[in-house]
Amino acid sequence: MTKMTNLNNTEKEHRILSHTDVLPDVPEDIFPMVLTSATQELFECRADEDVTQNNPYKLLKKDDILHDMKARAAVSDFHPVKQTVLNYPGEELLLVFDRDFKYGQSFYLVLTEEAKQRILQEPEEESEQYVCRTPEPQQPWVSLGSELEIEEESVKDTRERLKYLVSRVRKKFGAPVNFTDRNALESKEGYIECTSYQDRNFRLIQMERNSATQAVLNLKSSATQTQRTFPRNMYTQYKPRELTEEEKENYMSSENLKNFASSAFSRFEIAIQQNKIMDVFFDDWQALSEGDIAFGGKADTYLKEYQSFTDLQFSKDKSISCIKWHPTISGVIAVSVTEKMSFEERINGSTKLLLNPPLILFWSFSDPINPQLRLECPDDVLSFDFCPSDPNIIIGGCMNGQIVLWDVTAHAQRLHGKRSGERRTTSAYPGSFMAFEEDKENEIPVLLYCAVSSIENGHKAPVTDVQWLPENFEISITGVPVENQNQICVQVVTCAPDCCVMFWDIRAPRPAAHSQAERKQKMEEKQLENPRGIPNTFKYLDLSWKPLIKVYESVAVFVNETYKQCHLNMAHTHYHYIIITRFDIYLMPEGKVEYALLRVPSEKQLKPLEDISTMFCVGTEDGELVYTSWKLGKDDDSGRLLSGKPSRCFIVHDSLVNTVKRSPFFKDIILTVGGWNFAVWKESVMNGPIILSPCSQKRCMVGCWSLSNPGMFFIGKEDGNIEVWDLLEKTHEPSHIQNISTASITCMKPWIISSKQHFLAVSDDFGTLHILQIPWTLRNPSSSESSVNKYFEKEVTRLMFFDKRKETMAKQKTATEAEEQKKKTLSEKTEEESLAEYESYLTLEKDILKEMGVSLQEEDKPSNEV
Amino acid sequence: MQSDLIAEVEETLKRIQSQKGVQGIIIINAEGIPIKSTLDNSSTVQYAGLLHQLVMKTRSTVRDLDPQNDLTFLRVRSKKNEIMIAPDKDYFLIVIQNPSD
Repeated sequence: MTKMTNLNNTEKEHRILSHTDVLPDVPEDIFPMVLTSATQELFECRADEDVTQNNPYKLLKKDDILHDMKARAAVSDFHPVKQTVLNYPGEELLLVFDRDFKYGQSFYLVLTEEAKQRILQEPEEESEQYVCRTPEPQQPWVSLGSELEIEEESVKDTRERLKYLVSRVRKKFGAPVNFTDRNALESKEGYIECTSYQDRNFRLIQMERNSATQAVLNLKSSATQTQRTFPRNMYTQYKPRELTEEEKENYMSSENLKNFASSAFSRFEIAIQQNKIMDVFFDDWQALSEGDIAFGGKADTYLKEYQSFTDLQFSKDKSISCIKWHPTISGVIAVSVTEKMSFEERINGSTKLLLNPPLILFWSFSDPINPQLRLECPDDVLSFDFCPSDPNIIIGGCMNGQIVLWDVTAHAQRLHGKRSGERRTTSAYPGSFMAFEEDKENEIPVLLYCAVSSIENGHKAPVTDVQWLPENFEISITGVPVENQNQICVQVVTCAPDCCVMFWDIRAPRPAAHSQAERKQKMEEKQLENPRGIPNTFKYLDLSWKPLIKVYESVAVFVNETYKQCHLNMAHTHYHYIIITRFDIYLMPEGKVEYALLRVPSEKQLKPLEDISTMFCVGTEDGELVYTSWKLGKDDDSGRLLSGKPSRCFIVHDSLVNTVKRSPFFKDIILTVGGWNFAVWKESVMNGPIILSPCSQKRCMVGCWSLSNPGMFFIGKEDGNIEVWDLLEKTHEPSHIQNISTASITCMKPWIISSKQHFLAVSDDFGTLHILQIPWTLRNPSSSESSVNKYFEKEVTRLMFFDKRKETMAKQKTATEAEEQKKKTLSEKTEEESLAEYESYLTLEKDILKEMGVSLQEEDKPSNEV
Repeated sequence: MQSDLIAEVEETLKRIQSQKGVQGIIIINAEGIPIKSTLDNSSTVQYAGLLHQLVMKTRSTVRDLDPQNDLTFLRVRSKKNEIMIAPDKDYFLIVIQNPSD
């Protein structure tokens, strides 16, 4: 408080006790003081309100303090420091709230600028110090002997270093020098050698060695390169937006739409009519050239023989009953070989038949001599088919009425590969009976059938046609087509001349019917080793396979009661093609489908499909074509499910119908071949065939549509001829006839391998399979679908016209008859009248003659004068 | 009044439909949702979705080339048929015709 000591002399006596006297440890530039609550309020430094422990500083304006001192004079709290405040250099004084009463009072006033600065900056220093820990007080060092080691290790001079200065004699500086050579090895004094020797003193092995270690972080450098991929949608599942009926109504009735429609209409009119007037994109030049080539010589339409397959062992003297091309493997074709024996001959020669079981042979284009695979059948197979969804499953219908299943998965590789007749041992069949046969046969594997149908429940007559149902629907027990959840073909249709069309399911029947014992037995059976390497695929069906539905063709309205079927053709149903293409991916499952695990689902679970037509066509043994539905209706009397009556039957052919085929281009055009003629039908026209061929001289054995040319089909004849019919060229005779063999043709199947290779497989009664190549003229679609369609429509109208004419003619006939009747009655009347008239005329004549004096009796007199 | 308008629109559609070779007509709104169609539902939805995108693309192309230009009519000719589209501010009218019939 130097300022305080520099007081006036007058006040020396009344030296005011400075606070430093009272409180000796308070610094001189701080003045602790008490502020009354009034002052506190005035200066806004209320304790614990405006100023707190955390914020104890308050800057007061000097003017305010002076004003207060003037106002309250001696009562003011600031009175003791009046002089200091007056002398204060700065504008603001720092008032600090001293909560802890560090300097004795609740407030203290800082009296110098430097102190103010110091105090204001103090909290930061104090806070820093507060963070640092105070170091522990140092303790005296306790020696543990380490200083001795350090002493030892450290290098110290034991004595003072000696210094030597060596120099030559002064007189020899700069004197000429003589250098001589001297061999160092000559004298021992020439050099001093320190040879190394093992010093016994130092035999100690160093056990310990001081080495410095340094702890360093293990550094390893590595680098990665991130692949910057951005997310991309793999699949998107979406549903299209649709408007409700109401909204559609709203839109349709808006004025806006009406205006738009009328304005747009004019544009459309122009465009549509333009198209109609002339097709600007039609290339006339090219179309011209096509027509020319068609007029080429007959050599151009010749079916060249590409390859012919016959096996001396298996197919000689036998007949081929059915040909099927392998659906997926190109160049592989299967034929079923049957004996040419009548019923009596079969009974007589039955023992011989047992030894040589009938076969289905697989031929491949790569090997014309040896068949690739043989499938053994229980009896002659008249018809077989590959499963469309899994070509390794083959179903066949036998002559004894059984249905047979084969599974060729094990040999699928073999069929794919192109062999060239190498020898290969087939060790997969340990129990095979082929051991005593020729070596050559060891190459061709024989596969036994997996499953046969049960004999009691199957057909009672030879099964003549077998077909797989398409994979998008299946038939329930009542015949209603329902949705197929598996999307693979599981159902088969067969027909036989015992008036039955049967539907079979290759899945296991529901196990509810089986008793516990039976199930156990079945399980045990499954454990058994398969003799002869039969695949286990359809073991559950073997010998117990029952048909799902039997459709009996009940006695129809017609005379002939013996109503037998021969060939049938499924309605290619009009299903949504869009669905088929989307499910294509799922048709071939990744692994093999476990048929044993598939179960026939209960009818309630499946959704019936409305838009599948249940109609099918069957050709019969007597030459009829029957068009009926397979749905089973309920018989009112007995309550059982019975098949319905057929809707239409037509007798067109003279002998059994051997072909019923749909055109690959039109869904409702069917070709039937039988007897001595063939017919083309349209499904919706129920009056009769739209085209009926004239009777030919030889029997027509088989027919098939061309796959590339609408309106063209092939007919095979009894004398080995193939006739090519082109409906748009000639309808009264075939456009081309070609002889293939001397025996009758038994089966024909066309197939397209590539766009340049169209084949026709023809089999004959000698057991030979001919593969013919269809030439460009025949396979090129010379007629478009629309023109063939027009032709068919014309024929339909003709048919209709004829029918109508018949009707009208009949009507007319009756009408004319009636008229004639009437006329007769009328004319009788008129005759009487005329007779009466005549008589009256005669009497008149008499009278006139009498008057004239000439009578009939006096004819002789010449009447020249009256 | 509403039924009148509906009848008028229907009449225009019938006139287009009666032209030779016309296979189907679809009216879609600006978002591509079909309002009226003479084809079955799945084909309609497919046509609407695809053609809507095509028209949008075409229109933007025309306008990019010349901002004062605008698309009035679009004809897509394919091997089997011809698709004609008339765009508008709020609607599109699509007609499918088989010219060689």
